This record gives sequence, C-alpha cells and structure tokens, in this order.
Amino acid sequence: MRARSPITEPLWVQGLLMATGLGFMAVLVLLPMASVFVEAFRKGWDAYAEALTTPQAYSAIRLTLLVALIAVPLNVVFGLAASWAIAKFDFVGKHLLITFIDLPFSVSPVISGLIYVLLFGSNSLLGQWLSDHNIEIVFAVPGLVIATIFVTFPFVARELIPLMEEQGTEEEEAAVMLGAGGWRTFCSVTLPNIKWGLLYGVLLCNARAMGEFGAVSVVSGHIRGKTNTIPLHVEILYNEYNFVGAFAVASILTALALVTLILKSLIEYKFASELRAKNKE
Amino acid sequence: MASTFRFPTLKTPSVIPGFGVTLAFTLFYLALVVIIPLSGLFVKASSVSFGEFWQTVTSDRVMHAYKISFGLSFIAALVNSFFGLIIAWILARYRFPGKKLVDAMVDLPFALPTAVAGIALTALYAPQGWIGQYLAPLGIKVAFTPLGILIALLFVGLPFIVRTVEPILQDAERELEEAALSLGATRWQTFWIVIFPSIVPALLTGFAMSFARGLGEYGSVIFIAGNIPKLSEIVPLIIVIKLEQYDYAGATAVACVMLVASFVLLFIINWLQHWAGKDEVDLG
Repeated sequence: MRARSPITEPLWVQGLLMATGLGFMAVLVLLPMASVFVEAFRKGWDAYAEALTTPQAYSAIRLTLLVALIAVPLNVVFGLAASWAIAKFDFVGKHLLITFIDLPFSVSPVISGLIYVLLFGSNSLLGQWLSDHNIEIVFAVPGLVIATIFVTFPFVARELIPLMEEQGTEEEEAAVMLGAGGWRTFCSVTLPNIKWGLLYGVLLCNARAMGEFGAVSVVSGHIRGKTNTIPLHVEILYNEYNFVGAFAVASILTALALVTLILKSLIEYKFASELRAKNKE
Repeated sequence: MASTFRFPTLKTPSVIPGFGVTLAFTLFYLALVVIIPLSGLFVKASSVSFGEFWQTVTSDRVMHAYKISFGLSFIAALVNSFFGLIIAWILARYRFPGKKLVDAMVDLPFALPTAVAGIALTALYAPQGWIGQYLAPLGIKVAFTPLGILIALLFVGLPFIVRTVEPILQDAERELEEAALSLGATRWQTFWIVIFPSIVPALLTGFAMSFARGLGEYGSVIFIAGNIPKLSEIVPLIIVIKLEQYDYAGATAVACVMLVASFVLLFIINWLQHWAGKDEVDLG
C-alpha cells in the first residue's frame, strides 16, 4: 500500500471508521472472550483448579477427546477421497455433489441432532431393531460421534477441493506417466502439495468437533458422566448456578479456540501461497 | 465393442487412477451420514397428516418463534452488514498496529464454541454484568429479552460479512478510484458510485450467510434469551422442547419448515456467489 495514496479518506474519516470498527469488535468479540477468563478466576486459582478436576470434568474431557478422535479422522479420509474425485476428474453432476457436501453447514445444529434421534430412536424401525439387540446409539456415545461427524462433515473437503482444483492435474499425470501407481502418486505428489491446506481443514474440523453443542445436546440425553462432552458439561454447571465451574470448564474451550486461531493465522501467514492458488499464470 | 464403449458425457477420460474408488466412497459416506438421515426427516414428516402438520407449524407459539427467529436474524444480518463492512474496510485498506491480531479475532465467533459464547454474553449483559450494569440504569434490559438474542446473533454472524467483503475490497482495482478522483468525484461519491456497486454481491452473500446462520443458531442464544414463550423463544428451541416432550412428530414438522427455509437460503447464496464470481471475471 502506498503511504500517501491520493485515493483514501480524509484522516478524520479514517479515524472514525477505525474507532467504529475496532470498537464494535472490542465490545462484541473481545469482551466476551475476556469475560470467560475473568469469571473463571473470580474465586481464585483454587476454585478454578477444583472445577477442572472433578470426576465429571475428567469424563467430559475424555469423552470430547474420544469423539473428536473418531470424527475428525473419518472426515479427513472422506475429505481426501471427495477432493480427489472432484478436483482431479471432470464428471457430470460435480456441482450437485459439492452442494450436497456443503449441506450440513446450512442445517441447524438442533436439526442435525434431531435427524439421528428420528433414525435411531426407539420409535423408528431401525431403533426398534437396535434396542432388540441391545445396541445403544442415541442417548449414548455412538450418537454423539455420529452427530459430530455430521456437523463437521464439510470442513476438510471444502478446504481441499478448491485447493486441489487450482493445482490442476499435470503433476499427477506426470507421476502416472512415469509409472507411479495411484497410491504412490497421492503420497509423493499430491499430499506434499496439499499438506498445509489439509492441516488447516483438520484444525477447523477439530475445533468444531470439540465445541459442538446443539447437535450433541439433542442426541446426548444429558446423562451425567456418561454422555457429557465439555460443552454439555458447561451447560449443566451453568444451569446449576455453578458459574465459576461453568466458566472454568468454558475456559478450556476458549483456550482451544485461541490456539486454533493462532495456528490458523500462522498457516495463513506462512503458507499463503500453498493455501490459495499458486499464482495464476 | 462393449468393453471399449464409453459414455462420452459422463466423465472426461483421464490417466489418473482412483476415480471409481474415491467417488464410490464419497457417495457412500455422503449417503450414510447426510442424505439418508436428512431424508428420514421428510419421511417422518410425511407420516403425519397434513392437517396435523399444518396445525403444528402454524400454532400460536410457533408463529411467535418464527417472528423472533426470522425477524432478529434479519436485523442482526443488517447491523452486521454495516459494521462488518467497516471492519472489512479498515482491514483491507488501512495499516495500523495490531492489524494481524484484529484480523485473527474476526474468526473468533467461528472458533469459539457456541455454548461458551452464550454464557459469556449472558454474563456481560446480565444486570450486574460488565455491560449490563451501565444499561440497567437507563432502563435497557438485554439479557433474557429479545435484545439479548440479537446480541448473540450479531456475535455469530459477524465473520460472514467481513470474510466475504474483505477479499473484494483488497482486490479492487485502485485505478478506477483514481479515475473517479481525477474526474472530480469526491471520495464519498467514489465510494457510492465506484466501490459500493462492486461489493454488493459479496455483501448480499455475507448478509444471506449471516441470516441463515442466525436462523439455525441455538447454543449462543438459549442462555441469553430467557426463553419466555411467545416473547424470546427461537425456533430451534421449540424443536428441542417438543423433542423433550417426546412429541417427535411436532419437532419434525417444525424442523421441516426450518430446513426448507435453509435450503431456499442455500440456493440464494449459491446463486449470489455465482453472480459475484461472474462479476469478477467481467472485471478481470
């Protein structure tokens, strides 16, 4: 940017815009984040530590990690397969397929949970069969995992598809011509090209998987110590008026969000060229 | 020969292997996770008689919830369009210390779990909260009123506007603005006549995304809303309440209405993006 561009606003307008924009950000975004930590430490370090070391908190943390550990890798495999098929080939119905992949983003989290309650709940055919065979899905851990898979479904794919489309197919074609098989081509040609984009997608997918509330709340049945993820544990503590506890547990999620943002900015900053198109020739 | 016959239009031939297996897996996983469960919703809804369906989705309490959800999401998207545009503008055009930090903070509402946002906003705007204590003497109640819902929707919707408008402002051709200046336009005229029309598609896309997100939002809203029937009850909460009363048919009916609204919005957003994309090509 030129320092003294003739096409900019008078200084007072710049000042006004800066004050308005930054002020809005500060009140709307920065204050809520800060308040999480202030409320969490309201009664000191001991109360904070105590809230984080209850058996319920432990089991919530463990369950959240478990859910993310299943949901994220599955969506990574899906994202890689989908972006390979969509970005490296031309076929009819491609745009429709992309629209379908994006679908979970436009479904309310509550409805995302509801569809699995309807599918696996005791008053559906499938649910009847499952309960006859003592298989619990809804109001149990598998339900949480499936609902989380649904809400985080598009993250990796939507990050990789545009990236791989921009990168084109020449390098893969060359590898195949030189005798590499499909798997070898993917591992030694495609993967190095998309690794930062993939990491970026995984990061966002993971943040959502660990923080999802609405969908998980609907399928959880709120069984304490059994189907409580961290966000659900926050809700329970809050509704019990245990504010310090709720905010203490919430501070873990806030820290996770901050780490995600830092890593995301870092990747954007350092590997911008590998995330977006390599300069269009 | 049957073995050499190809449908010429379905797929362009390529030497790269793995199309069949990756596409098959993609379709299988998509059907299993998304298509089948979502169509289950409509199957369930079709098992309810039309009269019953209609009665549920037009009942008094649900109608109030639509008004609150649609109305407040619309207002939130509007307010966010204004402030989001300003934030996008200063990020795209100005240099100031801490800009990278502000840029990263824009995405916080995407990254922060909604339940955390919900309790944090409630703590801020409660009558004793950091902000609430200054509003209470003025007679302004935010927490546990529709105004609180609006604040939560502003929070979750802001990044959509900034992130769709910012790249357009960054890529804008400054030559056009210089030309406008040299032709005697004031900066204000330049903005409205040269710059604004070029960001309209992006702004509308951001608006629609923010609106759509607001309609479905649950976690950040329910803590601050107070959830008083016919006053501060949002549609997603109605679905949850019906579900908790084991009224699966009722929950499904209301969910269907919302899902159709979301799909219409998705269609509009796709169309807007298409329009915006075309614009870019025309310029470049």
